[in-house]
Amino acid sequence: MNIVVCLKQVPGTTEVKIDPQTNTLIRQGIENIINPFDTYAIEEGVRLKEKDGGKVTVITMGPSQAEAALRESISLGIDEAILLCDNAFRGADTWATAFTLSCAVKKLQQYDLIICGRQTIDGDTGQVGPELAEMLDIPFIAYVGQIEEIKDGYLRVRRMVEEGHEILETTLPAVITVAKEINVPRLPSLRGIMKSKSAKIDTWGIRELGVEESMVGLPGSSTQVIKIFFPQRVHQAEMLEGNPEKQVDTLIDRLKSAGLC
Amino acid sequence: MKLKINLDECVGCGNCTSVCPFDLVEIVKGKVKINEEGCNFCGACVESCGYYAITIEADEPVAEADESYCGVWVFAEQRRGTLKNVAYELLSRGRELADTLETELGAVCLGHNVQDAESLIAYGADKVYLADSPDLADNQEDYLTHKLVDLIREYKPEVVIAGATALGRAFFPRVAAILNTGLTADCTGLDIDTEKRLLLQTRPTFGGNIMATIICPANRPQMATVRPRVFKKNAPDDKRQGQIIKVDFKKEGIAPKTKLLDFIDDVTETVKLEDADIIISGGRGLGKPENFKLLAELAEAMGAALGSSRAAVDEGWIPYSHQVGQTGKTVCPKLYIACGISGAIQHLAGMQTSDIIVAINDDPNAPIFEVATYGIVGDLFQVVPMLIKKLKG
Ligand SMILES: Cc1cc2nc3c(=O)[nH]c(=O)nc-3n(C[C@H](O)[C@H](O)[C@H](O)COP(=O)(O)OP(=O)(O)OC[C@H]3O[C@@H](n4cnc5c(N)ncnc54)[C@H](O)[C@@H]3O)c2cc1C
Repeated sequence: MNIVVCLKQVPGTTEVKIDPQTNTLIRQGIENIINPFDTYAIEEGVRLKEKDGGKVTVITMGPSQAEAALRESISLGIDEAILLCDNAFRGADTWATAFTLSCAVKKLQQYDLIICGRQTIDGDTGQVGPELAEMLDIPFIAYVGQIEEIKDGYLRVRRMVEEGHEILETTLPAVITVAKEINVPRLPSLRGIMKSKSAKIDTWGIRELGVEESMVGLPGSSTQVIKIFFPQRVHQAEMLEGNPEKQVDTLIDRLKSAGLC
Repeated sequence: MKLKINLDECVGCGNCTSVCPFDLVEIVKGKVKINEEGCNFCGACVESCGYYAITIEADEPVAEADESYCGVWVFAEQRRGTLKNVAYELLSRGRELADTLETELGAVCLGHNVQDAESLIAYGADKVYLADSPDLADNQEDYLTHKLVDLIREYKPEVVIAGATALGRAFFPRVAAILNTGLTADCTGLDIDTEKRLLLQTRPTFGGNIMATIICPANRPQMATVRPRVFKKNAPDDKRQGQIIKVDFKKEGIAPKTKLLDFIDDVTETVKLEDADIIISGGRGLGKPENFKLLAELAEAMGAALGSSRAAVDEGWIPYSHQVGQTGKTVCPKLYIACGISGAIQHLAGMQTSDIIVAINDDPNAPIFEVATYGIVGDLFQVVPMLIKKLKG
């Protein structure tokens, strides 16, 4: 089985807070991390390989420092890593990102299952997985919480939707996005860390992928971010004072006058 | 695009360093320095600079938008024949957008035995494109994707929006990929730039810390998914005139790539989270799974649905289908009572637009109080039973 995992390096911005005075981001020793959802994708790929054999390749499109994320993934059991890095890729929206990834996957030639995270914590769209599937013209299943069976070009999964769970089957190759329920990612092994340090990482740009500059990066993107701003949080809660009984009485008063009880 | 820095103007104030979402801007020897690798030209640094030291030079637009596309479309999501609330919410906002653009509002409904398709007209649609087929009953995503693509190619709407539901976020990107057009995810604001006739799509990113406004200048249609419960649905007008256009659906020619084998309903109580007027939600402060019973009792007394934070779901205290937040459901009830929830930004992203928020927490510094309307600092195991007693009283 040839498994491809797509990962994105993201700023660990969950630590970020807004300074209410200046309305700017407060950064405390911010560092780049593997998108948390992608750690489940890595783990699932490695587990499938450990069970049935094969190879897991990880691909990321990003700036040169994204190599660190690839090395980390190797320490977690990934076999091969490819960095898609080229000035021409800059400013890509999800369409251009998915297109670039699809060219890389096609260049790999052999792929049975492509695993993506359900969304990133920065761009946060969840669009790259489904767009990638469509560009490769292969099946797509989102929010996979469990792989029930995978063999001989066949895949059965359990996935989460708003009202509950669905069991779906499909043929391979396919693209799935995984939710955190699917596994508990492992920590890097000592051997993995050693291997990650010396591993050779291929870098592919537009020349290696054989794509036009107009199809990737900013020129290949239909969407344009025209403005970034910080949400206004001007808000003052009314704190209900007194002992619990007094607090509850005041609350019921307030809810009654709002017609809510 | 090109980033231009005019070092003569730069005073090294550092305002720009903290606004970059990617942390690419620094002050070196008293002057701004930007690591362009990784920059996506969002413009945050440009706006932060009071000295006009940073500018972004736009490239000449490569292509003009195809003006034969006109009209605003809403994908009216249904499930087993029942239309979802988000369809009405989008029609209400879509009506205003269509009026601003002086064009028609269309609703696309793909399902089987959908009840009350006329209601889509009462909520603002001029035309309802309705496909009815048993094959569409289960929202098979390959069928939805290809049928919607066909309809868009035939009728050429300039704007197409859908709810950012589990379904919308999974199949709309595929439609956009096939049509080779842009898609903005999970919007909380939609407006029109009347001069350029463009949809201004505003959405939260970085877990709600940053808002971005996005356009799709050249390709058509302009597509967006919109977070449920963000736009209020208007009162229906049963006298509104409109047209229901039956479109046929043939599954031949569309190879269904996935097959639904089974569905397991997870929602453990009767009131559905997305549609509830009142939600009682619990978090890690509950301490153990049995304590959700206390909240269930309060929920019953108030006719409310039961929600939870991710922490409680991660602990295995309650199924995922109850989770509110960035990776769970977005809700906007009239009343949201958060019990023992600290208020991580990801949770706030899913509930902060609720009309009234009550926070009960023993930590006065919990961030949940920052979005609360009423705050009770105290022991929820005293406050909640007291509340139940008085409500039943
Ligand atoms: C503020 C802001 C708002 C944006 N809004 C939009 C928008 O509404 N629409 C739009 O089209 N673009 C948008 N973009 C651009 C978008 O963030 C980038 O295209 C980004 O490269 C991928 O999107 P994502 O982070 O949302 O990934 P998601 O689609 O959320 O990622 C899902 C999965 O796809 C894989 N993946 C994603 N990116 C990569 C990568 N670079 N390399 C390898 N695998 C990857 C990972 O497995 C990931 O878990 C926005 C960017 C910014 C800064």
